Amino acid sequence: MIALKEDVPGYAAQFERRMSAGEPAWLRELRAGAMRSFSTLGFPTTHHEDWKYTNVSPVATTPFGEGPAAWPAAAPPAGPAAWPVNARLVFVNGHLSRELSAVRGLPAGVAVQSLAEAVRNGSTVLESHLGRHAGYSEQAFVALNTALAVDGAVVTIDSGVVLEQPVVLVYLTSPAGGPAASYPRTLVLAGRESRASVVEIYSGPDDSAYFTNAVTELVVREGAAVDHYRVQLEGRQAYHVATVQGVQDRAGILASHNFSFGAALARHDINSVLDAEGAECSLNGLYLAGGSQHVDNHTLLDHAKPNCASRELYKGILGGHGTGVFNGKIVVRQDAQKTNAIQSNKNLLLSRDAVINTKPQLEIFADDVRCTHGATVGQLDREALFYLRSRGIPVRDSRDLLTRAFAAELLDAIRWQPLRETLETELHRRLSQMVEAAAK
Amino acid sequence: MLQINNLHAGVGGKKILRGIDLEIRPGQVHAIMGPNGSGKSTLAQVLAGRDTYEVTSGKVLFEGRDLLALEPEERAAAGIFLAFQYPVEIPGVTNMYFMRAALNSIRKQRGLPEIDAFDFMESMKRKMQLLGMPEAMLNRAVNAGFSGGEKKRNEVLQLAVLEPKLAILDETDSGLDIDALKTVAGGINALRGPGRSFLVVTHYQRLLDYIVPDVVHVMSAGRIVRSGGKDLALELERKGYAELDEAAVSELVR
Ligand SMILES: Nc1ncnc2c1ncn2[C@@H]1O[C@H](COP(=O)(O)OP(=O)(O)OP(=O)(O)O)[C@@H](O)[C@H]1O
Ligand SMILES: [Mg+2]
Repeated sequence: MIALKEDVPGYAAQFERRMSAGEPAWLRELRAGAMRSFSTLGFPTTHHEDWKYTNVSPVATTPFGEGPAAWPAAAPPAGPAAWPVNARLVFVNGHLSRELSAVRGLPAGVAVQSLAEAVRNGSTVLESHLGRHAGYSEQAFVALNTALAVDGAVVTIDSGVVLEQPVVLVYLTSPAGGPAASYPRTLVLAGRESRASVVEIYSGPDDSAYFTNAVTELVVREGAAVDHYRVQLEGRQAYHVATVQGVQDRAGILASHNFSFGAALARHDINSVLDAEGAECSLNGLYLAGGSQHVDNHTLLDHAKPNCASRELYKGILGGHGTGVFNGKIVVRQDAQKTNAIQSNKNLLLSRDAVINTKPQLEIFADDVRCTHGATVGQLDREALFYLRSRGIPVRDSRDLLTRAFAAELLDAIRWQPLRETLETELHRRLSQMVEAAAK
Repeated sequence: MLQINNLHAGVGGKKILRGIDLEIRPGQVHAIMGPNGSGKSTLAQVLAGRDTYEVTSGKVLFEGRDLLALEPEERAAAGIFLAFQYPVEIPGVTNMYFMRAALNSIRKQRGLPEIDAFDFMESMKRKMQLLGMPEAMLNRAVNAGFSGGEKKRNEVLQLAVLEPKLAILDETDSGLDIDALKTVAGGINALRGPGRSFLVVTHYQRLLDYIVPDVVHVMSAGRIVRSGGKDLALELERKGYAELDEAAVSELVR
């Protein structure tokens, strides 16, 4: 039994349920350790340097329930949950929905399983990877997820296997019921010289202040290449806190794409360790905050070994009273000579009241490295605006066009067309809302 | 078509245009020459609706309408086009998308249906060929990374696509090599007709060899200090602006 601080509502009961669910000993130990960390740490406050601009007290004080384990409405959800792909796992309130999921026609050597299923099947790799990469001893939300995750996805790609189509993981919160919390957990194991792309999509209703706490671990083996897409389209009142932790072996390539459009409060920690020579990591991010949305991106590139390269581009569009945070940390360890790291954060402010806090954080312990960083904050270019208007394009359309142009390079980097189109539509819709709200 | 009366404009208290009078009839080509900083681009930009400049007095009628009361996009829809002296780069928007958006916006304001995508492509290709532009430019971002000459050609391409009633060309010839100048001038001449007028700002007689003007004006210190036939440009080429500047000064003092 673990003594919990009294001010953590309802988590003890959920934890007990997980512990009595008949899971194997290693998993119960993992959960127990994580729960211990969580109860020691408690939720972070704005006194923590890493949480200075992001106040999670609404998350800390809401007694979240568990949503129903199945999609409650007769009609299945539209959009990504119905995309025709070979491998689609759909989760409702953290539980796998067999009805909405479809896994078929995958090449040999690729397995797409739900976490609960993988645990039941006694998957051996699971024990050596789940919870081993995303550290929870200092990260309360990672600890909470590790302790309470009900289900999630385990994607394994064997050595040398090339997966053409992306694996799509849809994490839905259902409408109906009070504020619920879910703890989606994803593990991707890309074997040597394999290629795969994984898309995680998060979405939920606008009328509920629910909480999603997600953790993803990405293991990129020697010479493997993984494209990871994170698409956060949560409902207007939602709280979304997520960590992605990559581990890259020799010449392993990880491209992370982080799209954050929804939620009232969103916090993403996107991290990767470049853990052997020749690893390459690119972190791409596009975040929107309008109305009173708050979005916080903390990224950490840990250059642990020599001759690795990282390239980071995060762009933010902030309107209304929206607030954004970008904290890009790059650590270059003593051993990591010949590191090449490029970081760029660009922000477009569409209103007077929008705020961005942007900070590079370079910790360099090697001497033969090339690290560059830059951050910009600006408004729409007046010259460009006049140019478009002088060609007959009305002022609103011109603004819209320039704003979308600002985001274009990040959307263009999406290789899978249905996803690119979905996000273009989403972006357009959300920007129009921002512009409309501004006009009122 | 265009009637400018005693137009004064400036920026932040600085006077730039100090009483411009100009009338352009349908089908006419007017050239404006004049030393650097005399206000030629300011006039062009004011006509296109640039809000950086404050019009302090005067009137501009375009086909009888009060031009100064219109937004830039409304002026475009009314049939005004400005080829910029310094075309603006717009990364993230392809030339193709931009020109279609522009054409359709203008058509919409005129109550016309959107142009068929296929027809648009075909006419674009034809026009680009006429201007010696490779088709690949359609898929590049607007002016982004274009050379000086490419930018100018791109302005003329837009002119050809939007088919305005009054085209204002602000130093469209500068930055073009001799062959490009011929091609571009040819493209412009192809657009000449009884319903379309041109206001051509240039420093060089050479352009006016190809696009022969009906009237040449000389601007100095924010005023038109002399107007004449096409021979005036030749005279300027010989004498320079020095004499005219004196004239301008004496006029201002008066
Ligand atoms: N936005 C501005 N702010 C301040 N001064 C300006 C601005 N625009 C123009 N001016 C000034 O007004 C004067 C006229 O400028 P304009 O660009 O109209 O000259 P021009 O005749 O087109 O010159 P050029 O032949 O060099 O193109 C110049 O002294 C210029 O510096
Ligand atoms: Mg000029």
